[in-house]
Amino acid sequence: MSTVWRVADVVDVRAETPSARTIRLRIPGLHGHLAGQHVDVRLTAPDGYQAVRSYSIASATGANGVAEDELELTVEELPDGEMSPYLVHGLMVGGQLEVRGPVGGWFVWRPTDTGPVQLIAGGSGVVPLMSMARAHAASGSAAPFRLLYSVRTPESGFYRDELEHLSRDAAAPLAVDYVYTRTAPAGAVTPPGRLTAEALSAAVVPAAESPTFYLCGATPFVETVSGWLVDAGHAPERIRTERYGGIGGAS
Amino acid sequence: MTDQNEHAEQAEQAGPADPGYLDGNAAAGFLSEIFAVDVTAARGRCAHCGDENVVAAARLYPHGTGMVLRCAVCGEVLARATEMEDSVCLDLSGLAWLQVRI
Repeated sequence: MSTVWRVADVVDVRAETPSARTIRLRIPGLHGHLAGQHVDVRLTAPDGYQAVRSYSIASATGANGVAEDELELTVEELPDGEMSPYLVHGLMVGGQLEVRGPVGGWFVWRPTDTGPVQLIAGGSGVVPLMSMARAHAASGSAAPFRLLYSVRTPESGFYRDELEHLSRDAAAPLAVDYVYTRTAPAGAVTPPGRLTAEALSAAVVPAAESPTFYLCGATPFVETVSGWLVDAGHAPERIRTERYGGIGGAS
Repeated sequence: MTDQNEHAEQAEQAGPADPGYLDGNAAAGFLSEIFAVDVTAARGRCAHCGDENVVAAARLYPHGTGMVLRCAVCGEVLARATEMEDSVCLDLSGLAWLQVRI
């Protein structure tokens, strides 16, 4: 029945970490996208079996040379995954994927949004938030941005160098804080460990400034952190969340 | 977003096992096949408990032939979508209303 699937050409791939890779797609007819949107990717096996998964867009239109008809996904390989091992290791430049989207109108940031923003990422949940940080910088937005990024180890974080670069951009202010859950970098003051309510409160924009939150990660991370934010006095309607998810079967 | 079943590492980082649902954001692609505007940003009222929130904040349970959307507050069914050979059947009886920005 579907008429909205399009064929995307893979025009670039690059490693982010040993288990994650960024894939640049060119989608004929695409005219940009909103920061925070996702696409559904569909793979069809020779026997006709189809799998559909959702992947957040990491890029921002116009930033880092991404053309209006292009976007980038960052995909983390998970060993038992049905699709991610192929996307991270098998797919090559010149290959093609079927995509639906970009879609999503809720978990998005627009350059016309001027209020303070607190981004909170658990692991690869940083991907849609990176799109927002890139769009923020590309538009020269003066809206204060802050990112809290929970990672297992220093090596498992995505976009480290670019985030450091963006955090020095005075025209589009971005502060970046890391939480290391397994291994902290050499010389770190704080030992590794899971995020706590106290550490969260200390690292986010205060409630008095009425920040909008974009929170993305695995479901338990998202639910735990959003609960802490509400307990700390942040208005639930300003906390936008996105859990990891695929939508198998809904092709 | 990445494959929900693939995130053992993050679940471990955050605590208990993944509860097996997604959020309404993940329905955006499917809904884009039926509606001309994004419905995940639309606000709706749960016909059971009266909670009002965006579709994106509801709990989404995909299954083999469609999906079920449940209220994040009371857990009752807001909407069901069932795919058939040449059509999709939508049961929206769990929504008292749905306000779509146009």
